[in-house]
Amino acid sequence: MNTLVGSMLSQLVIAGSEASYWFPPQASTTAAEVDWVYYFIYWISVFFTVMIVSAGLYFMWRFRSKKTAGAAAAAHNTALEVTWTVVPGILCACIFYFGLTGYMDTHTPPDDAYVVNVTGVKWAWSFTYPDGTVSDTLHVPVHRPVRLVMTSEDVIHSLFIPAFRTKQDVVPGRYTEEWFEATETGEFTIFCAEFCGTKHSEMLSKVVVHPEGDFTKWLSAAGNIHERMSPVEAGELLVKQRGCMQCHSTDGSPSTGPSWKGIWGRGEKLADGSSVTVDENYIRSSIFQPQAQIVAGYGPVMPTFQGKLKDRDITAIIEYFKTLK
Amino acid sequence: MSTAAAQHPHGGDEHGHDPLVAHHFDTAQQQFDSGKLGIWLFLVQEILFFSGLFCAYAVYRANHPEIFEFAHRYLDVKMGAINTVVLICSSLTAAWSVRAAQLGQRGLMIGCIIVTIACAFGFLGIKYFEYEHKIHAGLLWGEKFNPKYAPGDHGDEHGAGGHGSGTEAVHSEAANSVPNPADRSGSPGSHGATAQPEKSAPSPAATHVAAGDAKVTTPRNTSIFFSIYFAMTGLHGLHVIAGIIVYIWLLWRALKGEFGPKQYAAIDFAALHWHLVDLVWIYLFPLLYLIR
Amino acid sequence: MSSLDTTLGHGAPAHAEDNYLTHSHGWKSWLLTLDHKRIGVMYLCSTIASLFLGGFFALALRTELLTPGPTIAMIDHDMYNRMFTLHGAIMVFLFIIPAIPAGLGNFFVPVMLGAKDVAFPKLNLASYHLWIFGAVFFVTAMVHGGIDTGWTFYTPYSVTTPANGVIWATMGVFILGFSSIFTGLNFIVTIHKLRPEGMTWFRMPLFLWALYSTSVIQVLATPVLAITVLLLTVERTLHVGIFDPALGGDPVLFQHFFWFYSHPAVYIMILPGFGIISEIVSVHSRKHIFGYRFIAFSSLAIALLGFLVWGHHLFTSGQSQLASVIFSAISFAIAIPSAIKVFNWLATMYKSSLQLTTPMWYAFGFIVLFLIGGLTGLFLAALAVDIHLHDTYFVVAHFHYVMVGGTLLALFGGLYHWWPKMFGRMYNEFWGKVGAVLVTLGFNVTFFPQFVMGTRGMPRRYYSYLPEFQPLHVASTIGAYLLGFGILLAFVNLGVALFRGRKAPTNPWGGATLEWQCASPPPHDNFSVTPVAHDPYDFAHLKYDEKIDGYTSRRS
Repeated sequence: MNTLVGSMLSQLVIAGSEASYWFPPQASTTAAEVDWVYYFIYWISVFFTVMIVSAGLYFMWRFRSKKTAGAAAAAHNTALEVTWTVVPGILCACIFYFGLTGYMDTHTPPDDAYVVNVTGVKWAWSFTYPDGTVSDTLHVPVHRPVRLVMTSEDVIHSLFIPAFRTKQDVVPGRYTEEWFEATETGEFTIFCAEFCGTKHSEMLSKVVVHPEGDFTKWLSAAGNIHERMSPVEAGELLVKQRGCMQCHSTDGSPSTGPSWKGIWGRGEKLADGSSVTVDENYIRSSIFQPQAQIVAGYGPVMPTFQGKLKDRDITAIIEYFKTLK
Repeated sequence: MSTAAAQHPHGGDEHGHDPLVAHHFDTAQQQFDSGKLGIWLFLVQEILFFSGLFCAYAVYRANHPEIFEFAHRYLDVKMGAINTVVLICSSLTAAWSVRAAQLGQRGLMIGCIIVTIACAFGFLGIKYFEYEHKIHAGLLWGEKFNPKYAPGDHGDEHGAGGHGSGTEAVHSEAANSVPNPADRSGSPGSHGATAQPEKSAPSPAATHVAAGDAKVTTPRNTSIFFSIYFAMTGLHGLHVIAGIIVYIWLLWRALKGEFGPKQYAAIDFAALHWHLVDLVWIYLFPLLYLIR
Repeated sequence: MSSLDTTLGHGAPAHAEDNYLTHSHGWKSWLLTLDHKRIGVMYLCSTIASLFLGGFFALALRTELLTPGPTIAMIDHDMYNRMFTLHGAIMVFLFIIPAIPAGLGNFFVPVMLGAKDVAFPKLNLASYHLWIFGAVFFVTAMVHGGIDTGWTFYTPYSVTTPANGVIWATMGVFILGFSSIFTGLNFIVTIHKLRPEGMTWFRMPLFLWALYSTSVIQVLATPVLAITVLLLTVERTLHVGIFDPALGGDPVLFQHFFWFYSHPAVYIMILPGFGIISEIVSVHSRKHIFGYRFIAFSSLAIALLGFLVWGHHLFTSGQSQLASVIFSAISFAIAIPSAIKVFNWLATMYKSSLQLTTPMWYAFGFIVLFLIGGLTGLFLAALAVDIHLHDTYFVVAHFHYVMVGGTLLALFGGLYHWWPKMFGRMYNEFWGKVGAVLVTLGFNVTFFPQFVMGTRGMPRRYYSYLPEFQPLHVASTIGAYLLGFGILLAFVNLGVALFRGRKAPTNPWGGATLEWQCASPPPHDNFSVTPVAHDPYDFAHLKYDEKIDGYTSRRS
C-alpha cells in the first residue's frame, strides 16, 4: 500500500516516454491527450473521494450517540441539493467534452496514412503490407501515420496496443479500422483484448517501430526471404510468421494440432481409421486442405493456407520439417 | 399465471372474507385491479420479448433490403391473408366471451370460447401447410436454404404438388447461385428483372429459362429472410399454442360453471393476451408478406 | 408487541406466539409455501449458496493468477476459461440479480406495506421454482460439456466453441429471466395495489422506491435478454445465421441485444442496494433521511436512463462514432443521480444521533466502495479513455466495485439490519464489525491493484500474463483470500446468532417503517389489522426502553 500511495503522489508529473506508475510509455501522437483526460478525471475523483470519505468518517465519529439519545430533527435544503446536482452535472459535461475531442482525434486517420492489413485468427495476428509481404509482428516507421484495416477469420478479436492507447475489435465478416502515429522507436506489446478461446492470453504480438529509413530496409528484406535465406531458415520463418506455432510444437508436446518433432517420414493414424506416411504430398495437402486428412485425436480446426502460401514456401517448410528430428 | 393467483383464494377465510377474494386482498375490486395491472405488465413484457425479433428484422431489412424484396415473393399472400382474417375473428369471439360472462350469458360465453379455440386451430393448420410447403421447397434458414424454384412460381408448385419431379433438380441447380459475393453490389438493380418470371407462364420450363439467362439471381444471404420468417412466425405460433391451452383450461372451468358476472377475471385476462397475439400477427403479416 | 419468547429451531414453548417459522412444519410446508417470508428465506439460502459456489471459483482463479504461467496443475487454459465463465454467470444470474430483490425484497415488501402477502403469491412461488430450475440448468452446463464463453456469450465464439454446455447455460438464463420478470411484475402490482391507509407514494419507504424502480427494469429489460438467449440457442442448434457471420449474420447485433438487457441489469443489481443503504443510514442515524424526494426520483431516473446507455459497452466494437458519442453523453447523465444519493446520505449523517452499529459500518463501507466504483465509471464513460481501458482489468475492477461493493455490502448491511426482524435473534456486534472491516478492506486490496493493472494494459480474461504484472496480481490474490475470509466470518456470525443470539425486541434500532411494528419474527399473516402508515423517517415518537433493549412508539 505504501508504494501505492507514494506513486499516486508522483502522478503530479505527467509521464513522457517512460512508463509511469499508472501508464505504459507514451509512444504515439495521441497517447498524451488520452493520458491528459485520464488525469483530469483522476484528480476530480481523488478530490471527491478524499472529501466524501473524510466527511463520512468525521460524521461517524463526531455524531456518534447513545441509544437513549433523542432523534435528530428533520432536514431538507433544496438549494444545497440543487447545488450538488448541478456541480457534478457541469463536471460531467466537461469530462464528456474532453473525452469526445480525444476520441475524435484518435479516430480520424490522416489521408496519407500507410495502410497495413491485419487478420486475426485463433490465436495469432498476421500483418500484410502493401507489397504483399506478410509478418506476424507489426513493423511500422516512426513519425508516419499508419492505418490498420482489420478483419478476423473466425471469432471476434481485439487489437490492443497499450503504448499507443489504441484498441479496436476485429470482427469476422467486416472490416474495422484503427490508426496511430508512433513517436518512439522500439518494441511495444500487442494484446488480444476480446476473449477468443483457449489461448486468448497467448495471442500476443509486438509492434516494432523502426527509425526513419530502416523500415523500407526491413520491408525489402522481409519480402525476399527465399533469396536471402536457405530453405530451412525460410521455412522456419514462415511457420513462425503465419502463426502455425500457436497450435503445433517442435518439442514433441501435443497441442491443438500434432507436434512437428520427428514428423518427416512418420506414420500417422488418421481420424477415419486409415494411416498415412508424412511425405511431401501429405504436408502440401495438409496445408492446403487441412480438413481432408486429420490425424486421429485432433479436431478439424486448422484454416486453409490455399492462396496464402506459394509452392516455393511449401518447399521451404518441408525442408524445415526435415530438420525437426 | 397471474390470473390463477388472482382467482384462487388460498388459506382460510377466517375474517369472514368473500370466498372468491384471496385472504391478502381486502376487496374483490382490489383483487380484480391487481390482476388487471398484472396482466397488462405481462403484455408489456410480451411486447418486449417480441421486440428483439422486430429489431432484428428492422436491422436486416435496413441493411439488406434486396433480400426482403426478393424473398418475400416466396410467401403465399393468400394464406397469410386468410390467417389474418381467422385471427381477427378469434379476437372478436374472445372479446365477446368476456362480455357474455359479464352479462351471465353462459351458453354464449361457452360458444365464443369454442369458436376462439377453433379459429386458433385453424390458424395453426394453415400455418402447417405453409411450413410444410417451405420445408419441401428448401426454403429454410442458414445452410439448409436450397430453393427448388424461383419466387413467383409457388402457386403452381403448391397446387400441382410437383415436388420431387425431375425438372426441379435442374432449376435448383440453376437458381441456387446463392453464395455469390459478386452479386452483392449489383443486387438492387438486378431485382427489377426478378419480376419477370412472375409475369410469364408459371411453368417449370419458364423458370428454367429465366434462371438460365441469369435473370433470377438469388441475392446473397437470402436465407436470412427465412431465418427471420421462421423465428418470428415460430415464436408467434408458440404463443398461439399457449393461447389454445389457456382457452381449453377456461372452457373446462366455464363448463364447471365457475364464471359469471361476479367472476370473469380469468376470461378477461386471457382475452387481453389473445388480442396481443392477434396484434403481433397483424404486424407480422405486412412485414413479411406484403413487402412492396 | 411481545414476541420475546419465540425461539427458533428447537420446539417453541407452549406460550410462544405463532410466527411464520413455526406456523407449519415439514419440507413441503417450505417448498410449496405461498408465504412470501418463507419464499424470501428460501431465496436467501439459495442465492447465498450460489455466492459460495461463485466465490470458490473466484478463489481458484485468483490462486491460478499468482504466477504469470500455469500455477495449479489441474487448471489449464480451458479449465481457467470455464471457471471465469462460471464465476461470472453464477454470480450475476444466480446471486446478484435475485439476492436482494427476491430474497430481502420478498420478505420485506409486503411487511413494509403492512400487507399480508404479495399480490400474486402463487406466481411468487413459481418464480422461486423457476429459479431452482434455472440453477439446475447451470449445474448441468457445468458438468455436461462446460461453458467457456464468458458470462456475456458473445457471438460468434459462443456459436462455434466446442464447449457444449452453452445451450444448457443459455436455457438456464432464459428460465432465470422469467423468474426475475415474474418477481418484478409481482412487486409492481403489490406496491401499486396493496399500500395501506396513509401511505401515499411519497410516504413510501425508500427501499420500496428502489425495488419499484428495480422491478420496472426487470419487467422491461429481461424479456429482451430472454429473446436474445433464445435466438442464440437457436443459432447454435439450427444455425439460422442471425448472429453468425459465417452465414451472413451480424455478431455485433448480439452485443447490442445483450447489453440492452445487461446494462439495465447493472441497475437491477445496485438499485436495491441504494434502497437498503437509505434505510440503514436514516434509521441508524436516528434522523430523517435528507432529501427524500431527490433520492426517490434519482432511483426512477437511474432506472429510466439505464435503458439508454447500453452502447457504452461497444465503444471499440465498430459501432458508428455518432452512436458512441451519444451513448457516452447519456452515460455521464446517469452519473448525476448516483452522486445525489451519496451526498444525501452524508447530509443525513450530519448532526444526527448516529449509532455505530454493524449495519452502519456496512453502509459506510458501501458508500466508499460505491464512490470509487462510480467515479471510475467516469473514466470508462469518457470516450478517449475508454478506448484504452476497455476490456482491461480496469473494467474488471470497476464493475466489481459497483456490483460486489454495491450488492454484497448492501446485502450484508440489509441482513444485519433486518436479521433480528427475520429470525428474532440479535447477533454479536463485535464480530459483526470485524466482518464489516475485513470485507471492506479485503475488497479494496483485491480490486484496487486491478485498476493499476488495467491502465498499464493488462487485458481481462487472461490465463497467463506478462511477468511485469505479477506483484499486482499477488496483492490482488492476497486480498481475495482476505475478502473470502471476511465474507465467511460475516455469515458465521449471523449463523451463530440463530442459535446463541439474544432474543430480539420488536424494534431494536428504532425504525419507523411498518416492519418494525410487526413482531420479531413476524407472524404468518404479518398483521392481524392493517396498520396505518405515517412518515417512514419520523423517529420522534420512538423512545428507547432499556428493559427490552429496543424502542417503543409513543404513538399507539
